[in-house]
Amino acid sequence: MSRIDKKFEELSLKNEKALIAYIMTGYPNEKATLASVKGLIKGGVDIIELGFPFSDPLADGPIIQNASTVSLAGGTKIDGFFKLVKKIRKETDIPLILMTYTNILYHKGYPKFISEAKKAGIDGFILPDMSIEESSNYVNAAKTKKEDVIFMISPNTSKKRIQKIAKASSGFLYLVAIYGTTGMKTEIKNYTVKAIRDVKKLVNGKIPVGVGFGISSPQDVKKYVKIGVDAVIVGSAFLRLIEKTPTNKLEQKISSFAKSLKRQTKVS
Amino acid sequence: MRYPKDGRFGEFGGKYIPETLVPAIEELEEYYLKFKNDKNFKKELDYYLREYAGRPTPLYFAKNLTQKIGGAKIYLKREDLLHGGAHKINNTLGQALLAKKMKKKRIIAETGAGQHGVATAMACAALGLKTEVYMGYKDTIRQKLNVFRMNLLGCKVYPVKSGSQTLKDAINEAIRDWITNVKTTYYLLGSAVGPHPYPVMVRDFQSIIGKEIKQQMKKIPDTVIACVGGGSNAIGTFYPLMDTDTEMIGVEAAGKGLKSGHHSATLSAGSKGVLHGMMTYLLQDKEGQIKETHSISAGLDYPGVGPEHSYLKDEKRVKYRSATDAEVIDAFLMLARTEGILPALESAHAIAEAIKVAKKMKKSESIVVTLSGRGDKDVEVVQDYLEKNVKNR
Repeated sequence: MSRIDKKFEELSLKNEKALIAYIMTGYPNEKATLASVKGLIKGGVDIIELGFPFSDPLADGPIIQNASTVSLAGGTKIDGFFKLVKKIRKETDIPLILMTYTNILYHKGYPKFISEAKKAGIDGFILPDMSIEESSNYVNAAKTKKEDVIFMISPNTSKKRIQKIAKASSGFLYLVAIYGTTGMKTEIKNYTVKAIRDVKKLVNGKIPVGVGFGISSPQDVKKYVKIGVDAVIVGSAFLRLIEKTPTNKLEQKISSFAKSLKRQTKVS
Repeated sequence: MRYPKDGRFGEFGGKYIPETLVPAIEELEEYYLKFKNDKNFKKELDYYLREYAGRPTPLYFAKNLTQKIGGAKIYLKREDLLHGGAHKINNTLGQALLAKKMKKKRIIAETGAGQHGVATAMACAALGLKTEVYMGYKDTIRQKLNVFRMNLLGCKVYPVKSGSQTLKDAINEAIRDWITNVKTTYYLLGSAVGPHPYPVMVRDFQSIIGKEIKQQMKKIPDTVIACVGGGSNAIGTFYPLMDTDTEMIGVEAAGKGLKSGHHSATLSAGSKGVLHGMMTYLLQDKEGQIKETHSISAGLDYPGVGPEHSYLKDEKRVKYRSATDAEVIDAFLMLARTEGILPALESAHAIAEAIKVAKKMKKSESIVVTLSGRGDKDVEVVQDYLEKNVKNR
């Protein structure tokens, strides 16, 4: 059983949903990333998604675009990233997911990249531009290493496709809440509510369903938990906080924001 | 490679896209397959190509240039004479008509040099569609004439200030818009790049270039030459001639030289990777990050290339070479002075290669160069270059 599977099992026994936090590695620098990770863990986050910057993040809004640019300009590299993950892994057993774009993995070769990531302590991968049709080499490489492959679905994904994607996924299924890029603040749409209910019914408990994009407040988390998702993913809201907080206050600020979100994941 | 069902040209192509776009891409493919051989659709497109855009374009024997070089006969396929001044209208009319069939009301596009943006704005104005265009901020400055033209045609232009502020960033931003407005919006991609079915569809709409060359030449030319950025005029030139034994040469932008690192010669100097929905050759660093490119011509300033070109390179069916900024300026001036034609800087890359190869060929042999666009948009860039590089010209 993977760390991610174990985490979902543990939470379900406690009658809680997962809070997943996304941060960009090296934004604005490595020290800040380490402080942020500490804050996230202290704040009770269940799973951490570490973004690795790509020069052309076409599924991301301005906040993550900017974070990618800053991180790359600061010299973030794959080897350094793996070292950082090892450092984090020494301190904690929290599930760590790498979120980046296909070319970063493809360029090194899926088996080599995934094997090195596993060695460092990464548990799974999210690639927003990897479609199921093109994924067989990637999925096989991940399965060989018993790493989780988290695919995204969207409110306009057909039922047939959801089933196909769910079958190829492990860890959880990532439902993109809105039509749009990351970091768009918006109220909860009716079509999202419907999509969550449909997906939950379709996968029928076989895989947890997480929802992300545009989720930024405790109120949002509360509402999504009530609708019935298994995990809520918050990203750009953390980056906004990181942007305006000096590094020495980061751990504490991140931790208290995470706590305010995590409080809403208990099923009443 | 008539119609690659899985969208693959060998190992290249495919569709690497966010899931939100999958239904849109599927819908596009469904409509394209439905209409590409539809009699009425073809008739309508043919009407606009003839009566509106000015097809067929002449195949002009460049006698003076030929004499000056003293080798093979050089013919110019005059896509620069099309409405709007470039081959881009062949594709935008086709796609805009398709968008109408799909009942899409809003069209978005990216543009590099602005030629595709202008051609989109024209086709959409003629067909009653609303257009918005993304253009790298750097390109809005060096091709500002085209920004004015788009505005005058009733099209909104958004300068893109992320990344290298050129064509690749304009494509990123157009894709983000498409993800956000996927239900109402048609993305009118301007080159033979992107996820399947775009590379095939754009190739098919541009193939009119090669088809006409075939009809206009008494015998199949010994060599055809076209410039390659994304590669739409080149694939449109080559594809109908693929079954012949014509030598085909694609010319990329070598910028300040392939060794300088400041170029856009993806096929000459790139490696395989995934960008903008396709697997293809890319200019990238050893970490898989996309490199910033350089070319004097905004339309070739792109770190990727159409996946079919990547395939044709590996199959060795097409030779891919490059021309430096300096060679391009020389070619630009030579064509201007010998034939009275100002070529687009993009097309001047193909002229530069023709000058090189014609010399080595026999007088009885022939070369067709696709002159993909006219150079009015580039006069400021050329003037600026000449002022900074005062030589005995």
